[in-house]
Amino acid sequence: MAKGVPGVNSLPFASFIGAFEFIFSPQESNVTGGKKVGGFDKSVELLIKHLEVTLVALAIALVVALPLGLWLGHRGKGEQFAVGLSNAARAIPELAVIALVAVLIGVGLGNVAPVLAILGIPPILNNAYVGVQQVDRATVDAARGMGMSEMAIVRKVELPIAIPTVMGGIRSAAIAILATATIAPLAGVETLGDFIINRNVYGENGLLAGAILVALLALAIEGSLALLQRRLTSDGLKLKTV
Amino acid sequence: MASPLLLAAAGEVGGDFFRERDVGDLCQAQPGHLFCWDWAKENIDRFGTPTVQHLQIVIPAILIGFAAAFALALLAHRIRWLQPPLLAATGILYTIPSIAFFFLLLPLTGLGRDTAIIVLAAYTLQIIFRNTILGLNNVPASVKDAARGMGFTSRQILWKVELPLAVPEIIAGLRVAVVSTIAIATLAVLISAGGLGTEMYGSNLNFPTAIIIAGAIVILMAFALDSILLLIQRLTTPWRRVSQA
Repeated sequence: MAKGVPGVNSLPFASFIGAFEFIFSPQESNVTGGKKVGGFDKSVELLIKHLEVTLVALAIALVVALPLGLWLGHRGKGEQFAVGLSNAARAIPELAVIALVAVLIGVGLGNVAPVLAILGIPPILNNAYVGVQQVDRATVDAARGMGMSEMAIVRKVELPIAIPTVMGGIRSAAIAILATATIAPLAGVETLGDFIINRNVYGENGLLAGAILVALLALAIEGSLALLQRRLTSDGLKLKTV
Repeated sequence: MASPLLLAAAGEVGGDFFRERDVGDLCQAQPGHLFCWDWAKENIDRFGTPTVQHLQIVIPAILIGFAAAFALALLAHRIRWLQPPLLAATGILYTIPSIAFFFLLLPLTGLGRDTAIIVLAAYTLQIIFRNTILGLNNVPASVKDAARGMGFTSRQILWKVELPLAVPEIIAGLRVAVVSTIAIATLAVLISAGGLGTEMYGSNLNFPTAIIIAGAIVILMAFALDSILLLIQRLTTPWRRVSQA
Protein backbone atom coordinates (compact mmCIF):
# COMPACT_ATOMS: atom_id res chain seq x y z
CA MET A 1 0.00 0.00 0.00
CA ALA A 2 1.25 3.43 -0.89
CA LYS A 3 1.96 5.76 1.97
CA GLY A 4 0.73 9.10 2.55
CA VAL A 5 -0.32 12.56 1.70
CA PRO A 6 2.70 14.57 0.56
CA GLY A 7 4.48 16.23 3.42
CA VAL A 8 2.37 14.88 6.26
CA ASN A 9 5.16 12.63 7.42
CA SER A 10 7.43 15.61 7.85
CA LEU A 11 4.94 17.84 9.66
CA PRO A 12 6.80 19.89 12.23
CA PHE A 13 5.44 20.65 15.67
CA ALA A 14 4.75 24.19 14.46
CA SER A 15 1.95 22.81 12.29
CA PHE A 16 -0.37 23.29 15.26
CA ILE A 17 0.05 27.03 14.76
CA GLY A 18 -0.90 26.62 11.11
CA ALA A 19 -3.97 24.69 12.17
CA PHE A 20 -5.10 27.46 14.52
CA GLU A 21 -4.57 30.05 11.78
CA PHE A 22 -6.70 27.87 9.51
CA ILE A 23 -9.54 27.88 12.03
CA PHE A 24 -9.67 31.67 12.30
CA SER A 25 -8.83 32.95 8.83
CA PRO A 26 -8.92 31.31 5.39
CA GLN A 27 -5.55 29.95 4.32
CA GLU A 28 -3.98 28.97 1.05
CA SER A 29 -3.92 25.23 1.09
CA ASN A 30 -0.87 23.25 0.03
CA VAL A 31 -3.06 21.19 -2.28
CA THR A 32 -5.46 23.61 -3.98
CA GLY A 33 -3.03 25.83 -5.81
CA GLY A 34 -3.55 29.20 -4.17
CA LYS A 35 -7.28 28.96 -3.46
CA LYS A 36 -8.11 30.01 0.09
CA VAL A 37 -9.93 27.45 2.23
CA GLY A 38 -11.07 27.15 5.82
CA GLY A 39 -11.44 30.17 8.05
CA PHE A 40 -13.71 31.12 10.91
CA ASP A 41 -17.01 31.15 9.01
CA LYS A 42 -16.41 27.71 7.51
CA SER A 43 -15.29 26.32 10.88
CA VAL A 44 -18.41 27.65 12.61
CA GLU A 45 -20.62 26.33 9.81
CA LEU A 46 -19.19 22.83 10.12
CA LEU A 47 -19.21 23.00 13.93
CA ILE A 48 -22.91 23.86 13.94
CA LYS A 49 -23.65 21.04 11.51
CA HIS A 50 -21.65 18.62 13.65
CA LEU A 51 -23.57 19.71 16.74
CA GLU A 52 -26.88 19.50 14.88
CA VAL A 53 -26.31 15.91 13.69
CA THR A 54 -25.13 14.89 17.15
CA LEU A 55 -28.09 16.44 18.96
CA VAL A 56 -30.69 15.10 16.51
CA ALA A 57 -29.23 11.60 16.73
CA LEU A 58 -28.94 11.81 20.52
CA ALA A 59 -32.57 12.97 20.78
CA ILE A 60 -33.75 10.02 18.69
CA ALA A 61 -31.68 7.62 20.78
CA LEU A 62 -33.10 9.12 24.00
CA VAL A 63 -36.69 8.88 22.84
CA VAL A 64 -36.24 5.23 21.90
CA ALA A 65 -33.92 3.91 24.60
CA LEU A 66 -34.63 5.88 27.78
CA PRO A 67 -38.30 4.93 28.37
CA LEU A 68 -37.58 1.34 27.35
CA GLY A 69 -34.55 1.04 29.62
CA LEU A 70 -36.33 2.63 32.58
CA TRP A 71 -39.35 0.39 32.14
CA LEU A 72 -37.29 -2.80 31.74
CA GLY A 73 -35.25 -1.83 34.79
CA HIS A 74 -38.42 -1.15 36.77
CA ARG A 75 -39.84 -4.55 35.87
CA GLY A 76 -36.44 -6.19 36.33
CA LYS A 77 -36.93 -7.93 33.01
CA GLY A 78 -34.91 -8.12 29.83
CA GLU A 79 -31.44 -7.93 31.35
CA GLN A 80 -30.10 -10.18 28.60
CA PHE A 81 -31.54 -7.80 26.04
CA ALA A 82 -30.48 -4.49 27.57
CA VAL A 83 -27.01 -5.49 28.76
CA GLY A 84 -26.28 -7.96 25.97
CA LEU A 85 -27.21 -5.46 23.28
CA SER A 86 -24.83 -2.88 24.67
CA ASN A 87 -21.97 -5.39 24.82
CA ALA A 88 -22.58 -6.64 21.30
CA ALA A 89 -22.94 -3.13 19.88
CA ARG A 90 -19.37 -2.26 20.87
CA ALA A 91 -18.08 -4.66 18.23
CA ILE A 92 -19.77 -2.81 15.35
CA PRO A 93 -17.22 -0.91 13.24
CA GLU A 94 -18.51 2.67 12.74
CA LEU A 95 -16.74 3.06 9.43
CA ALA A 96 -18.67 0.14 7.97
CA VAL A 97 -21.95 1.56 9.29
CA ILE A 98 -21.45 4.99 7.74
CA ALA A 99 -20.17 3.57 4.45
CA LEU A 100 -23.17 1.23 4.20
CA VAL A 101 -25.64 4.01 5.02
CA ALA A 102 -24.29 6.07 2.16
CA VAL A 103 -24.58 3.23 -0.37
CA LEU A 104 -27.69 1.41 0.78
CA ILE A 105 -29.91 4.02 2.43
CA GLY A 106 -28.77 7.32 1.07
CA VAL A 107 -26.87 10.47 1.99
CA GLY A 108 -27.90 13.49 4.03
CA LEU A 109 -28.89 14.37 7.57
CA GLY A 110 -32.23 12.55 7.40
CA ASN A 111 -30.48 9.26 6.69
CA VAL A 112 -27.38 9.68 8.80
CA ALA A 113 -28.96 10.93 12.05
CA PRO A 114 -31.22 7.87 12.62
CA VAL A 115 -28.28 5.56 11.96
CA LEU A 116 -26.03 7.49 14.36
CA ALA A 117 -28.89 7.23 16.86
CA ILE A 118 -28.54 3.45 16.69
CA LEU A 119 -25.00 3.84 18.09
CA GLY A 120 -26.40 5.84 21.00
CA ILE A 121 -29.19 3.43 21.92
CA PRO A 122 -27.17 0.59 23.55
CA PRO A 123 -25.36 2.66 26.22
CA ILE A 124 -28.52 4.61 27.14
CA LEU A 125 -30.61 1.43 27.31
CA ASN A 126 -27.99 -0.45 29.31
CA ASN A 127 -27.39 2.30 31.86
CA ALA A 128 -31.08 3.14 32.28
CA TYR A 129 -31.74 -0.54 32.94
CA VAL A 130 -28.84 -1.01 35.35
CA GLY A 131 -29.45 2.30 37.14
CA VAL A 132 -33.12 1.63 37.85
CA GLN A 133 -32.63 -2.03 38.57
CA GLN A 134 -30.04 -1.20 41.25
CA VAL A 135 -32.45 0.99 43.19
CA ASP A 136 -33.08 -0.58 46.59
CA ARG A 137 -36.26 -2.68 46.34
CA ALA A 138 -37.23 -1.60 49.86
CA THR A 139 -37.37 2.00 48.65
CA VAL A 140 -39.61 0.99 45.76
CA ASP A 141 -41.86 -1.02 48.08
CA ALA A 142 -42.14 1.99 50.39
CA ALA A 143 -43.21 4.16 47.46
CA ARG A 144 -45.75 1.56 46.41
CA GLY A 145 -47.05 1.36 49.99
CA MET A 146 -47.57 5.12 49.94
CA GLY A 147 -49.95 4.58 47.04
CA MET A 148 -47.74 5.76 44.15
CA SER A 149 -48.61 4.43 40.72
CA GLU A 150 -45.99 2.39 38.87
CA MET A 151 -45.45 5.34 36.54
CA ALA A 152 -44.92 7.69 39.46
CA ILE A 153 -42.49 5.26 41.07
CA VAL A 154 -40.34 5.27 37.95
CA ARG A 155 -40.50 9.05 37.54
CA LYS A 156 -40.31 10.25 41.12
CA VAL A 157 -38.30 7.54 42.90
CA GLU A 158 -36.28 5.33 40.62
CA LEU A 159 -35.18 7.86 38.00
CA PRO A 160 -33.88 10.46 40.48
CA ILE A 161 -31.89 7.81 42.35
CA ALA A 162 -30.58 6.35 39.09
CA ILE A 163 -29.62 9.73 37.57
CA PRO A 164 -25.82 9.33 37.85
CA THR A 165 -25.92 5.96 36.04
CA VAL A 166 -28.51 7.10 33.51
CA MET A 167 -26.51 10.23 32.73
CA GLY A 168 -23.36 8.12 32.40
CA GLY A 169 -25.08 6.23 29.60
CA ILE A 170 -26.24 9.44 27.92
CA ARG A 171 -22.69 10.81 28.07
CA SER A 172 -21.27 7.66 26.46
CA ALA A 173 -23.94 7.83 23.78
CA ALA A 174 -23.27 11.52 23.08
CA ILE A 175 -19.54 10.91 22.69
CA ALA A 176 -20.04 7.84 20.50
CA ILE A 177 -22.43 9.75 18.23
CA LEU A 178 -20.21 12.82 18.10
CA ALA A 179 -17.15 10.73 17.31
CA THR A 180 -18.89 8.87 14.52
CA ALA A 181 -20.37 12.10 13.14
CA THR A 182 -16.75 12.92 12.25
CA ILE A 183 -16.93 10.45 9.36
CA ALA A 184 -20.44 11.61 8.37
CA PRO A 185 -19.02 13.58 5.38
CA LEU A 186 -18.63 10.13 3.78
CA ALA A 187 -22.43 10.06 3.76
CA GLY A 188 -22.92 13.62 2.58
CA VAL A 189 -23.29 15.45 5.90
CA GLU A 190 -20.65 18.17 6.18
CA THR A 191 -19.52 17.98 9.79
CA LEU A 192 -16.13 19.02 11.16
CA GLY A 193 -14.87 15.73 9.77
CA ASP A 194 -15.02 17.38 6.34
CA PHE A 195 -11.69 19.07 7.16
CA ILE A 196 -10.26 15.61 7.78
CA ILE A 197 -11.97 13.47 5.14
CA ASN A 198 -11.48 15.97 2.33
CA ARG A 199 -7.84 16.56 2.95
CA ASN A 200 -7.25 17.13 -0.74
CA VAL A 201 -9.38 20.28 -0.40
CA TYR A 202 -8.27 21.64 2.94
CA GLY A 203 -4.67 20.43 3.13
CA GLU A 204 -2.54 19.66 6.16
CA ASN A 205 -3.67 22.64 8.22
CA GLY A 206 -7.29 21.65 7.71
CA LEU A 207 -6.55 18.09 8.76
CA LEU A 208 -5.15 19.20 12.08
CA ALA A 209 -7.72 21.98 12.51
CA GLY A 210 -10.51 19.43 12.10
CA ALA A 211 -8.92 17.17 14.69
CA ILE A 212 -8.53 20.04 17.16
CA LEU A 213 -12.12 21.23 16.70
CA VAL A 214 -13.59 17.73 17.02
CA ALA A 215 -11.59 17.07 20.18
CA LEU A 216 -12.60 20.41 21.73
CA LEU A 217 -16.25 19.85 20.82
CA ALA A 218 -16.18 16.40 22.42
CA LEU A 219 -14.65 17.76 25.62
CA ALA A 220 -17.17 20.63 25.68
CA ILE A 221 -20.13 18.27 25.27
CA GLU A 222 -18.78 15.87 27.89
CA GLY A 223 -18.18 18.80 30.26
CA SER A 224 -21.68 20.24 29.74
CA LEU A 225 -23.31 16.87 30.31
CA ALA A 226 -21.23 16.35 33.46
CA LEU A 227 -22.47 19.74 34.72
CA LEU A 228 -26.03 18.82 33.82
CA GLN A 229 -25.61 15.56 35.71
CA ARG A 230 -24.50 17.47 38.82
CA ARG A 231 -27.52 19.73 38.58
CA LEU A 232 -29.94 16.84 38.08
CA THR A 233 -28.54 14.75 40.91
CA SER A 234 -30.42 15.46 44.11
CA ASP A 235 -28.42 17.01 46.94
CA GLY A 236 -29.08 14.05 49.20
CA LEU A 237 -27.39 11.68 46.77
CA LYS A 238 -24.40 13.98 46.36
CA LEU A 239 -23.78 13.81 50.11
CA LYS A 240 -23.94 10.04 50.00
CA THR A 241 -21.25 9.68 47.37
CA VAL A 242 -18.71 11.88 49.20
CA MET B 1 12.61 6.17 -16.03
CA ALA B 2 9.76 5.37 -13.73
CA SER B 3 7.08 3.17 -15.17
CA PRO B 4 3.41 4.09 -14.73
CA LEU B 5 3.03 1.02 -12.59
CA LEU B 6 5.69 2.22 -10.14
CA LEU B 7 4.12 5.65 -10.02
CA ALA B 8 0.80 4.07 -9.23
CA ALA B 9 2.41 1.93 -6.55
CA ALA B 10 3.91 5.05 -4.98
CA GLY B 11 0.40 6.35 -4.42
CA GLU B 12 -1.23 9.70 -5.15
CA VAL B 13 -3.49 8.15 -7.76
CA GLY B 14 -6.27 10.70 -8.02
CA GLY B 15 -5.45 11.98 -4.56
CA ASP B 16 -6.50 8.64 -3.16
CA PHE B 17 -3.80 6.64 -1.46
CA PHE B 18 -5.73 3.41 -1.18
CA ARG B 19 -5.50 0.43 -3.46
CA GLU B 20 -7.70 0.51 -6.47
CA ARG B 21 -9.44 -2.76 -7.11
CA ASP B 22 -11.63 -4.06 -9.79
CA VAL B 23 -14.95 -5.12 -8.48
CA GLY B 24 -15.92 -7.56 -11.19
CA ASP B 25 -18.29 -6.94 -14.06
CA LEU B 26 -21.01 -9.03 -12.54
CA CYS B 27 -21.43 -6.80 -9.51
CA GLN B 28 -21.00 -3.54 -11.32
CA ALA B 29 -23.84 -4.47 -13.64
CA GLN B 30 -26.29 -4.05 -10.74
CA PRO B 31 -25.31 -0.97 -8.72
CA GLY B 32 -27.92 -1.39 -6.00
CA HIS B 33 -26.70 -4.85 -5.00
CA LEU B 34 -26.33 -5.59 -1.31
CA PHE B 35 -24.00 -8.55 -1.41
CA CYS B 36 -22.26 -10.12 -4.35
CA TRP B 37 -21.57 -13.80 -3.64
CA ASP B 38 -19.58 -14.33 -6.82
CA TRP B 39 -17.14 -11.58 -5.94
CA ALA B 40 -16.96 -12.79 -2.33
CA LYS B 41 -16.08 -16.35 -3.39
CA GLU B 42 -13.34 -15.22 -5.73
CA ASN B 43 -11.85 -12.55 -3.51
CA ILE B 44 -12.11 -13.85 0.02
CA ASP B 45 -8.33 -14.34 0.26
CA ARG B 46 -7.70 -10.61 -0.20
CA PHE B 47 -9.00 -10.12 3.35
CA GLY B 48 -6.11 -12.13 4.83
CA THR B 49 -3.53 -9.37 4.90
CA PRO B 50 -5.88 -6.70 6.31
CA THR B 51 -6.97 -9.14 9.02
CA VAL B 52 -3.35 -9.76 10.04
CA GLN B 53 -2.64 -6.01 9.95
CA HIS B 54 -5.71 -5.44 12.11
CA LEU B 55 -4.38 -7.84 14.73
CA GLN B 56 -0.95 -6.21 14.48
CA ILE B 57 -2.57 -2.94 15.55
CA VAL B 58 -5.02 -4.29 18.12
CA ILE B 59 -2.83 -6.73 20.06
CA PRO B 60 0.12 -4.38 20.77
CA ALA B 61 -2.38 -1.62 21.65
CA ILE B 62 -4.14 -3.85 24.16
CA LEU B 63 -0.89 -5.13 25.68
CA ILE B 64 0.57 -1.63 26.05
CA GLY B 65 -2.72 -0.20 27.30
CA PHE B 66 -3.14 -3.01 29.82
CA ALA B 67 0.43 -2.75 31.10
CA ALA B 68 0.14 1.02 31.55
CA ALA B 69 -3.34 0.98 33.08
CA PHE B 70 -2.49 -1.90 35.39
CA ALA B 71 0.68 -0.17 36.61
CA LEU B 72 -1.24 3.07 37.17
CA ALA B 73 -3.96 1.20 39.05
CA LEU B 74 -1.43 -0.46 41.37
CA LEU B 75 0.16 2.93 41.98
CA ALA B 76 -3.21 4.55 42.69
CA HIS B 77 -4.13 1.62 44.92
CA ARG B 78 -1.14 2.41 47.12
CA ILE B 79 -1.35 6.19 46.85
CA ARG B 80 -5.08 6.74 47.23
CA TRP B 81 -5.25 10.44 46.41
CA LEU B 82 -4.00 9.68 42.87
CA GLN B 83 -7.27 7.95 42.00
CA PRO B 84 -9.47 10.96 41.13
CA PRO B 85 -6.86 12.80 39.01
CA LEU B 86 -5.88 9.61 37.14
CA LEU B 87 -9.54 8.78 36.50
CA ALA B 88 -10.09 12.30 35.17
CA ALA B 89 -6.97 12.20 32.98
CA THR B 90 -7.76 8.81 31.43
CA GLY B 91 -11.36 10.00 31.05
CA ILE B 92 -10.23 12.96 28.95
CA LEU B 93 -8.19 10.65 26.70
CA TYR B 94 -11.26 8.45 26.34
CA THR B 95 -13.49 11.40 25.45
CA ILE B 96 -11.43 12.61 22.48
CA PRO B 97 -12.86 10.93 19.37
CA SER B 98 -10.41 8.47 17.87
CA ILE B 99 -10.21 10.17 14.47
CA ALA B 100 -9.35 13.49 16.09
CA PHE B 101 -6.81 11.72 18.27
CA PHE B 102 -5.14 10.12 15.23
CA PHE B 103 -4.64 13.45 13.51
CA LEU B 104 -3.63 15.32 16.65
CA LEU B 105 -0.75 12.88 16.98
CA LEU B 106 0.14 13.02 13.31
CA PRO B 107 2.62 15.92 13.59
CA LEU B 108 4.40 14.05 16.38
CA THR B 109 4.34 10.42 15.31
CA GLY B 110 3.49 10.49 11.60
CA LEU B 111 1.35 8.22 9.50
CA GLY B 112 1.20 4.52 10.09
CA ARG B 113 0.83 1.77 12.61
CA ASP B 114 2.68 3.39 15.55
CA THR B 115 0.21 6.26 15.75
CA ALA B 116 -2.73 3.86 15.59
CA ILE B 117 -1.27 1.71 18.38
CA ILE B 118 -0.62 4.74 20.62
CA VAL B 119 -4.15 6.09 20.18
CA LEU B 120 -5.86 2.75 20.73
CA ALA B 121 -3.68 2.01 23.76
CA ALA B 122 -4.62 5.41 25.20
CA TYR B 123 -8.28 4.49 24.70
CA THR B 124 -8.04 1.32 26.74
CA LEU B 125 -6.49 3.11 29.75
CA GLN B 126 -9.72 4.47 31.20
CA ILE B 127 -11.76 1.29 31.21
CA ILE B 128 -8.94 -1.01 32.41
CA PHE B 129 -7.74 1.46 35.05
CA ARG B 130 -11.25 2.06 36.37
CA ASN B 131 -12.14 -1.61 36.54
CA THR B 132 -8.87 -2.62 38.19
CA ILE B 133 -9.33 0.04 40.88
CA LEU B 134 -12.96 -1.02 41.29
CA GLY B 135 -11.96 -4.66 41.65
CA LEU B 136 -9.27 -3.88 44.22
CA ASN B 137 -11.60 -1.61 46.20
CA ASN B 138 -14.29 -4.29 46.25
CA VAL B 139 -12.10 -6.77 48.12
CA PRO B 140 -13.72 -7.10 51.57
CA ALA B 141 -11.67 -5.62 54.41
CA SER B 142 -12.24 -8.77 56.46
CA VAL B 143 -10.41 -10.84 53.84
CA LYS B 144 -7.42 -8.52 53.98
CA ASP B 145 -7.50 -8.59 57.79
CA ALA B 146 -7.50 -12.37 57.72
CA ALA B 147 -4.51 -12.38 55.38
CA ARG B 148 -2.67 -9.90 57.60
CA GLY B 149 -3.48 -12.05 60.61
CA MET B 150 -1.90 -15.01 58.84
CA GLY B 151 1.31 -12.99 58.55
CA PHE B 152 1.07 -11.82 54.94
CA THR B 153 3.05 -8.72 54.03
CA SER B 154 1.34 -5.89 52.14
CA ARG B 155 2.94 -7.10 48.92
CA GLN B 156 1.73 -10.65 49.47
CA ILE B 157 -1.77 -9.39 50.24
CA LEU B 158 -1.79 -7.45 46.98
CA TRP B 159 -0.56 -10.28 44.74
CA LYS B 160 -2.04 -13.31 46.48
CA VAL B 161 -5.33 -11.97 47.86
CA GLU B 162 -6.47 -8.67 46.38
CA LEU B 163 -5.50 -9.14 42.72
CA PRO B 164 -6.87 -12.69 42.38
CA LEU B 165 -10.18 -11.52 43.88
CA ALA B 166 -10.22 -8.56 41.50
CA VAL B 167 -9.72 -10.74 38.40
CA PRO B 168 -13.42 -10.74 37.36
CA GLU B 169 -13.57 -6.92 37.31
CA ILE B 170 -10.16 -6.61 35.62
CA ILE B 171 -11.17 -9.06 32.89
CA ALA B 172 -14.55 -7.39 32.48
CA GLY B 173 -12.71 -4.14 31.76
CA LEU B 174 -10.29 -5.88 29.45
CA ARG B 175 -13.16 -7.43 27.48
CA VAL B 176 -14.81 -4.07 26.89
CA ALA B 177 -11.42 -2.61 25.91
CA VAL B 178 -10.63 -5.44 23.48
CA VAL B 179 -14.00 -5.41 21.75
CA SER B 180 -14.13 -1.64 21.29
CA THR B 181 -10.46 -1.48 20.24
CA ILE B 182 -11.08 -4.02 17.47
CA ALA B 183 -14.00 -1.94 16.19
CA ILE B 184 -12.18 1.40 16.40
CA ALA B 185 -9.06 0.00 14.70
CA THR B 186 -10.99 0.05 11.41
CA LEU B 187 -10.48 3.82 11.44
CA ALA B 188 -6.71 3.31 11.34
CA VAL B 189 -7.07 3.26 7.55
CA LEU B 190 -7.39 7.06 7.72
CA ILE B 191 -3.77 7.33 8.84
CA SER B 192 -2.52 4.65 6.42
CA ALA B 193 -2.03 2.10 9.18
CA GLY B 194 -3.80 -0.68 7.24
CA GLY B 195 -6.18 -3.12 8.86
CA LEU B 196 -9.68 -4.17 7.89
CA GLY B 197 -10.69 -0.53 7.40
CA THR B 198 -8.81 -0.63 4.09
CA GLU B 199 -11.58 -2.86 2.75
CA MET B 200 -14.26 -0.34 3.76
CA TYR B 201 -12.69 2.88 2.57
CA GLY B 202 -11.23 4.47 -0.53
CA SER B 203 -12.33 2.68 -3.66
CA ASN B 204 -14.46 0.31 -1.57
CA LEU B 205 -16.68 3.04 -0.11
CA ASN B 206 -19.36 2.31 -2.69
CA PHE B 207 -18.99 -1.45 -2.61
CA PRO B 208 -21.17 -3.04 0.10
CA THR B 209 -19.88 -6.58 -0.43
CA ALA B 210 -16.34 -5.74 0.68
CA ILE B 211 -17.60 -3.54 3.53
CA ILE B 212 -19.89 -6.29 4.81
CA ILE B 213 -17.20 -8.98 4.66
CA ALA B 214 -14.65 -6.76 6.40
CA GLY B 215 -17.25 -5.71 8.99
CA ALA B 216 -18.14 -9.35 9.63
CA ILE B 217 -14.46 -10.23 10.15
CA VAL B 218 -14.17 -7.35 12.65
CA ILE B 219 -17.19 -8.60 14.60
CA LEU B 220 -15.99 -12.22 14.51
CA MET B 221 -12.54 -11.16 15.70
CA ALA B 222 -14.10 -9.24 18.58
CA PHE B 223 -16.26 -12.22 19.48
CA ALA B 224 -13.29 -14.61 19.33
CA LEU B 225 -10.97 -12.51 21.52
CA ASP B 226 -13.85 -11.82 23.92
CA SER B 227 -14.45 -15.57 24.28
CA ILE B 228 -10.75 -16.18 24.93
CA LEU B 229 -10.80 -13.60 27.73
CA LEU B 230 -13.91 -15.16 29.22
CA LEU B 231 -12.13 -18.53 29.18
CA ILE B 232 -9.11 -16.99 30.91
CA GLN B 233 -11.41 -15.60 33.56
CA ARG B 234 -12.97 -19.03 34.14
CA LEU B 235 -9.53 -20.61 34.44
CA THR B 236 -8.11 -17.99 36.81
CA THR B 237 -11.09 -17.89 39.17
CA PRO B 238 -11.89 -21.54 39.96
CA TRP B 239 -13.62 -20.60 43.24
CA ARG B 240 -16.35 -18.74 41.37
CA ARG B 241 -17.29 -21.88 39.47
CA VAL B 242 -17.60 -23.80 42.71
CA SER B 243 -19.82 -21.23 44.37
CA GLN B 244 -21.99 -20.87 41.28
CA ALA B 245 -22.56 -24.61 40.96
